[in-house]
Amino acid sequence: MRIWLVIIPILCIAGCGSTWNDPYPASDRGKSILYLAFTERPRHLDPARSYSEDEASINAQIYEPPLQYHYLKRPYTLVPLTATAVPHPQYYDAQNRLLPQDADAKSIAYSLYEIRLKPGIYYQPHPAFARDENGRPLYQNLTRKELESIGDLADFRKTGTRELVASDYVYEIKRLADPRIQSPIAGLMNEYILGFRDFSKRLQKDPAADLSKCEMSGVEVRDRYIYTIKVRGKYPQFAYWLAMSFFAPVPPEVDHFYSQPGLAGKNLVLDWRPVGTGPYMLTENNPNSRMVLMRNPNFHSETYPSSGMPGDESVLKDAGKTLPFIDEVVFSREKESIPYWNKFLQGYYDVSGITSDNFDQAIMMSVQGEAQVSKDMAKQGVELKTSVAPSIRYMAFNMLDPVVGGYGRRARLLRQAISIALDFEENISIFANGRGIPAQGPLPPGIFGYHSGREGINPVVYDWADGEAKRKSIVAAKKLLADAGYPDGRDAATGKPLVLYLDSTGRGADDKTRFDWYRKEFARINIQLEVRATDYNRFQEKIRKGSAQIFTWGWNADYPDPENFLFLLYGPQGKVKYGGENSANYDNPEYDRLFEKMKNMENSSQRMAIIDRMVAILREDSPWMWGFHPKDYQLNHVWLSNLKPNQMARNNVKYLRIDAKLRDRMRREWNGPVLWPFAFGVLGIGLIVVPALKYYRRREEGRVK
Amino acid sequence: MIAYLIRRLLYAVPILVGVNLLTFALFFVVNTPDDMARIQLGIKRVTPDAIHNWKVAHGYDKPLFYNPGESGAQFFTDTIFFEKSVPMFRFEFGRSDDGRDIAQEIESRAGPSLEIALPVFVIGMMANVSFALMMAFFRATLVDVWGVVLCVAAMSISSLFYIIGGQFLVAKLWHWVPISGFEAGTSSLKFVILPVVIGVASGLGSGARWYRTIFLEEVGKDYVRTAKAKGISEVRVFFHHVLRNGLIPILTGAVVIIPSLFMGSLIMESFFGIPGLGSYTLDAINSQDFAIVRSMVFIGSVLYIIGLMLTDISYTLADPRIRLQ
Repeated sequence: MRIWLVIIPILCIAGCGSTWNDPYPASDRGKSILYLAFTERPRHLDPARSYSEDEASINAQIYEPPLQYHYLKRPYTLVPLTATAVPHPQYYDAQNRLLPQDADAKSIAYSLYEIRLKPGIYYQPHPAFARDENGRPLYQNLTRKELESIGDLADFRKTGTRELVASDYVYEIKRLADPRIQSPIAGLMNEYILGFRDFSKRLQKDPAADLSKCEMSGVEVRDRYIYTIKVRGKYPQFAYWLAMSFFAPVPPEVDHFYSQPGLAGKNLVLDWRPVGTGPYMLTENNPNSRMVLMRNPNFHSETYPSSGMPGDESVLKDAGKTLPFIDEVVFSREKESIPYWNKFLQGYYDVSGITSDNFDQAIMMSVQGEAQVSKDMAKQGVELKTSVAPSIRYMAFNMLDPVVGGYGRRARLLRQAISIALDFEENISIFANGRGIPAQGPLPPGIFGYHSGREGINPVVYDWADGEAKRKSIVAAKKLLADAGYPDGRDAATGKPLVLYLDSTGRGADDKTRFDWYRKEFARINIQLEVRATDYNRFQEKIRKGSAQIFTWGWNADYPDPENFLFLLYGPQGKVKYGGENSANYDNPEYDRLFEKMKNMENSSQRMAIIDRMVAILREDSPWMWGFHPKDYQLNHVWLSNLKPNQMARNNVKYLRIDAKLRDRMRREWNGPVLWPFAFGVLGIGLIVVPALKYYRRREEGRVK
Repeated sequence: MIAYLIRRLLYAVPILVGVNLLTFALFFVVNTPDDMARIQLGIKRVTPDAIHNWKVAHGYDKPLFYNPGESGAQFFTDTIFFEKSVPMFRFEFGRSDDGRDIAQEIESRAGPSLEIALPVFVIGMMANVSFALMMAFFRATLVDVWGVVLCVAAMSISSLFYIIGGQFLVAKLWHWVPISGFEAGTSSLKFVILPVVIGVASGLGSGARWYRTIFLEEVGKDYVRTAKAKGISEVRVFFHHVLRNGLIPILTGAVVIIPSLFMGSLIMESFFGIPGLGSYTLDAINSQDFAIVRSMVFIGSVLYIIGLMLTDISYTLADPRIRLQ
């Protein structure tokens, strides 16, 4: 009888149509909340320090640099965010004389970027802005007693706001130069922003200096809404940097507020508690569990884009409407892919990526070879969005290596032979479930200079046949190898087999499969490949010292310009000589000369011609096996609309819309508790307990024989 | 006993110094301060200047154990080892290499870890003892045989299988609880039920089998036979005599792990999204955050020493014949 006291309430609850497995509070139901997951905890939320994708997905909703990428237009196009227009640089010579726009890059001493801000943009509510009746800051000089009662920002009773002004942007640029902050782009900006290096040195000598009072010669506040930046020489890519959070505003009073002694011990620091003008503000910050963004009540007026690309009709329904559409964003930490995936299937995450483990469950290929969601997924209303990432995964030859490196015919032919032998089409199919396109050079699709079709193939590795790029045969690779002096994979001079070395950090089971595949591919042209797996630090050390021979590497674009890829093979970026990003240590004077010319040019047919020549040089020299450009697959539920993958912009949450009612209904449909196991459980316990009790009674009542 | 405890506390100091020395040596054999700086500064565009600045800012620009450039006491004190170790003995852990306050981080993570570890420990202990008692009670019957078979089977299965299987059945198929997640306060109940049940179930095999052996040893002793001869029921003999005496080795074995409970469980917390301490050290090792690594190793050592002392004390409480001198 007692068991019914348990079972009846369970049945009642189940009958009410509620779900037991909902990980979110019941009060959240029906609300316009976007549920996302994150795997790695963010390390830095200070706009001057943050540089990772995970961090950007949070920071980009909070901080507003002057520019942003158009959400829908392709190729990626810069548009104003807090600025009134995308700034066009004015060029000056060494005597500060204004030069024409088509002036020779060599004559340009500096480019002046004048950024005009839209008035009437206000910061999110924050105690750093709170003032008393007399207009004095309330929390800029906290006493020890006041600090005792403060554990979180919510403990400050009053908040305030103020208008965004030009000096906030200038303050942030000064922060980039501050050695205490250790901005990852400080080294780069040293080269470009005038006065940046001197400012940095000055702060090194005087770490206590007040940034607002120190002047940086290349950065100036013209008036309340205008500031200028002087950039050394001509550097058209600088505008892209203005769309990154490094150049977002930081109000000096916020920096001062967080610098007060005692707050750091409570983890109340700018690196952890961002303050911005963006559509959202961080209200809960537990990077071990969840981070919550709430709509910023002071967000300025911004509307949904009214134009896009052909085929964008489905994402233009909200054209012209005021942003944002979603009130709250909940990022939950999911370290493991299994619970993440299952919660997506249950409707508790609105968006999900696809891992190799669940790829077959989620994706099927159409007859035309196009990826589409599986039938089960389609029945659930799950949609698939794919896009090619502006990045490249490649295998590099160390050009300083005596065997595979160098610019002689022998080494070049050897590299070309290996480039043909390594079938990256198969690699993509096996190790990335087909999510990638074989690279024909360093430039991914969507970047100026990339050519598709016949025009774009790498003639060293591919032939154009039957309307598509076909990898050259292994016979061609063997012929190149023989021409290089290694017939049948043996050194013609010594007769010794050719043994090459792949340096890698991987040591797991998946890596072993990958290494086996590499060995197999090299063996196709009779080259023995030895894998030297090591830890990350030693691997990095080998790359820095140039003692690696062949290694895998990758690059994600900072901005959508060919310069951001082609510089990876620019001589003065050589890893060993200069500590730069050219890990292959490729050094070709002609390429370098063309790069120097190309990098300062606006996109034009002349620039295209130079890029074509540069890519042709690279293909011939083959310092990399070009690898592939990864393709991102993203799944979303039907209740999430306006989603269009944008690989450059991270501030896309403001464009999304949620149909919370539909989500609630579908969650209830999918997650009703299954109760028969309860009955089985009760029965099972009964089957154990009853005979045991009978046996016990029999034994207690039995007589000793 | 007080003198004994003070002596043990004094012994703890050289042990902690030794552990600390070993941690420093092992960590810096694998990671140089330059490596640490590179990891913290990110992979892209890290310049030698940035590395130098990072080392200066975090105090890693000095020699590790001795400073040949200094004389006198500073030969040892102006080093990474001295400057980073001394505050830990005052339980000042400072800030992690990415700038977070370590003490606060431990404080906020210990609670969720305990919410899983404590019930798993207490309920697990009760379940293990109950199951072991049942097997001992029905010894040499089919219940006992199948109980042992079940225990051996249960202890042969990886704990990961319990977690994935439990999540699949209970959370994914039956929709009884959330697959993962955590909320503070009473709302945490629906999140901790499944990990606790899985934690208890995965430990049942080995625990119950061990305790069964202890109880069977007790059952065979003279006092049990005497009690039965006096006509005391078997249930009473088991619960009043066998259980009480059998608990002595069980308790003393369990007390040692009590202080370490709050350190959490790596896999369990990872799969269930519990924001506990389980992965704190491992994440720190992966990100080469030495401030966290040394703090957690230090705390772990302290807790282990406390656990051993508590075990000694529990011996005296459980067995009046034992005195600590």
